[in-house]
Amino acid sequence: MAPVPPADPTPSPLSAAKLPAPKPPWWRDRRVVPWVVQAVVGLLVLLLIAFLLGNLIRNLTAAGLLLSWRWLQQPAGFDISESVIPFNAQLPYWRALAAGLVNTIRAVLVGLVGATLLGTLVGMASFSHNGLLRRLARVYVEVVRNIPLLLQLVFWYFVVFLTLPNGLAAIQLPGVVLAKSGLYIAGFGEGLRWMGPTLVNGVWQAPVRLSVEFGALLTGLIVYSGAFIAEVVRGGIAAVPKGQWEAASSLGLSWFATLRRIVLPQSLRVIVPGLNTQYISLAKNSSLAVAVGYTDLYSVAETTLNQTGRAVEVILVLLAAYLTLDLLISALMNGLNRLVQIRER
Amino acid sequence: MNPLLRRLRAELFATRADAALSLVLISLISLAAIGCLRWVLTQAQWAVVKVNSTLFAVGRYPVEQQWRLWLLTALLVAASGATWGLIRAHPRPDRTGVLWPRNDRLAVGLLSLIALALPWALDLNLAIAGRWWGLTVLLVFCRWLAGRYGARLSPAGQRLAALVWPVLYLVGMVLISGGLGLVTVSPSEWGGLMLTLLASSFAILLCFPIGVLLALGRRSDLPLLRWGSVLYIEFIRGAPLITLLFLGQNILGFLLPGGLAPERVWRAAWVLTFFAAAYLAEAVRSGLAAVPRGQLEAARSLGLSYPKALQHVVLPQALRVALPAIVGQFISLLQDTTLLSLIGLLELLGTARTVMANPAFLGRNGEVYLTLAVLFWGCCAALGLGSRALERRLDPHAVPSAT
Repeated sequence: MAPVPPADPTPSPLSAAKLPAPKPPWWRDRRVVPWVVQAVVGLLVLLLIAFLLGNLIRNLTAAGLLLSWRWLQQPAGFDISESVIPFNAQLPYWRALAAGLVNTIRAVLVGLVGATLLGTLVGMASFSHNGLLRRLARVYVEVVRNIPLLLQLVFWYFVVFLTLPNGLAAIQLPGVVLAKSGLYIAGFGEGLRWMGPTLVNGVWQAPVRLSVEFGALLTGLIVYSGAFIAEVVRGGIAAVPKGQWEAASSLGLSWFATLRRIVLPQSLRVIVPGLNTQYISLAKNSSLAVAVGYTDLYSVAETTLNQTGRAVEVILVLLAAYLTLDLLISALMNGLNRLVQIRER
Repeated sequence: MNPLLRRLRAELFATRADAALSLVLISLISLAAIGCLRWVLTQAQWAVVKVNSTLFAVGRYPVEQQWRLWLLTALLVAASGATWGLIRAHPRPDRTGVLWPRNDRLAVGLLSLIALALPWALDLNLAIAGRWWGLTVLLVFCRWLAGRYGARLSPAGQRLAALVWPVLYLVGMVLISGGLGLVTVSPSEWGGLMLTLLASSFAILLCFPIGVLLALGRRSDLPLLRWGSVLYIEFIRGAPLITLLFLGQNILGFLLPGGLAPERVWRAAWVLTFFAAAYLAEAVRSGLAAVPRGQLEAARSLGLSYPKALQHVVLPQALRVALPAIVGQFISLLQDTTLLSLIGLLELLGTARTVMANPAFLGRNGEVYLTLAVLFWGCCAALGLGSRALERRLDPHAVPSAT
């Protein structure tokens, strides 16, 4: 802190009041100080960046890894176990990264829908008349939020999905079969005929097959994000004035009808901005797929880095992809937010 | 009718639909509970946790140097007990000055129970079990001592007592890593719970000042500071932590002159710090937004300089409002340390993975992950409880409550 400048040698306060205010020294001038502060901070940051970039270029040149994108055209040489767009080891690296990105987007999309459904249900359950259901919703949120997501993911994968039985012993639910070899779901098969999972020579077959890796990732993401979304929904519902509930029930609406027709539409204003945050963190959390062996963008990027050594380029691709994904979600949610806001007449 | 029964009826069996739902839920819960209990008691083989308890606690820290960790634990326990007692000895508006409120008695009971049951559950030998019992006694003794005589401490003495923690942190660093006459233990030999706690406490301590500065920068009138902070915060918040850790491991070596890049553990700790700072900045910013503008203006017109006004008027109010969000960030930071296992560091989850790679414990995933889950849940829940207690204590409008 600058010391207070010594007072002018004025004989008495009376005469000082008549004098024009002394010009403050430059380090106390409010027109100068902000610019000096900014210039100093800017200069320091610039120096730091220049130092780091200089090192980066020098070190990369020494290692022969100066920024280049030509390696993207070389054949990848590794396979991706499950891919929506066709991929094999002869295809170039950029195709591998694209396949990883599509896998990430697939997991994020299904995860978003699932987590929203689960979160909304649990958030609604915390306003149920039934004390047991209410407490159960609370316990779910408190347990899930206090355990790291990565731990939950490896739990789902190694303890639940990898110990599923195979063949006839597999868990058979209506339209869905859970086996160690994958998750088989009913759907439209050949000729648009509805087909359930069937056992052919000890191997399950169905129109839709998901790998256990994808299943574990989805379960983990949905259960984890569902707890956070439940809290957002709960906060949104709690923000609706109590009179709305009372008015609706005095009009004869049931609990569910009140929630669906009166309370939830009003709470959306509070819920949507909170959902935005949760959706973005779900998209980012999907990068933990690497722990359960699902080949998402991050996992492909890691393999690519190990094979090519192109650290800077791979990181740039990763950061750009996730930033774009986040911005996309944000833009969509902001559009939705404008839709649900109250329009003043 | 019995009031308990009446409440049960109102909550569970108010209508026919409620009753049906309750019955279904009760049967589901009991089925799940019975299944879990049967697994825990008969099918699970807990040897994997019992045999590797040291590994889970401190990783591959050299056995002959482990006395340093015991000493550090003892110091930490003594300081915690003393702090706890001092807090009770100096009642705030929320307490009537009871030395042993009900919550404290409960906490001591719970801690003693854990200290008694854990060595038995883990089959620890008597020497180590004895140390844990000693530590528990030390905690309660320091708590009692500080509670009994803490009120006599002068304000200057209190400030001095608060200094114990930063000093202890430095002492702890020396004890763990060596130096000053102690044998050096390289960070590659740290692991387990110790590494988890070390990385998270390091990041929590350092991200706090950085986060506050970023939050102030983001609300500043100076365009360069504002846009710089916004750029940093949004960049960090847009990237998944794992890509940033990956960046730290693979690119930091290129960014610094040869040989200056820190050890892998420290790289990860720094990445965690800078990552958490961006999130903390947002939490602090919400608190700053809650302080009316008039507060700063009033402080300035009283003649306080801008930094002084921030320090004495604005920040105390803002941080109090932001406290729940800040502790929430700390909790998620503690959980995020599990990601260090993905870049090959042996913190709790990484240790678990190496243990399970041992053929003797193949397939014992459930036991290990369940143990870790309980451990993490306990730590995070305790942080949450502590945050709520602190919130009540700092609340200027708290009504004195008799406990």
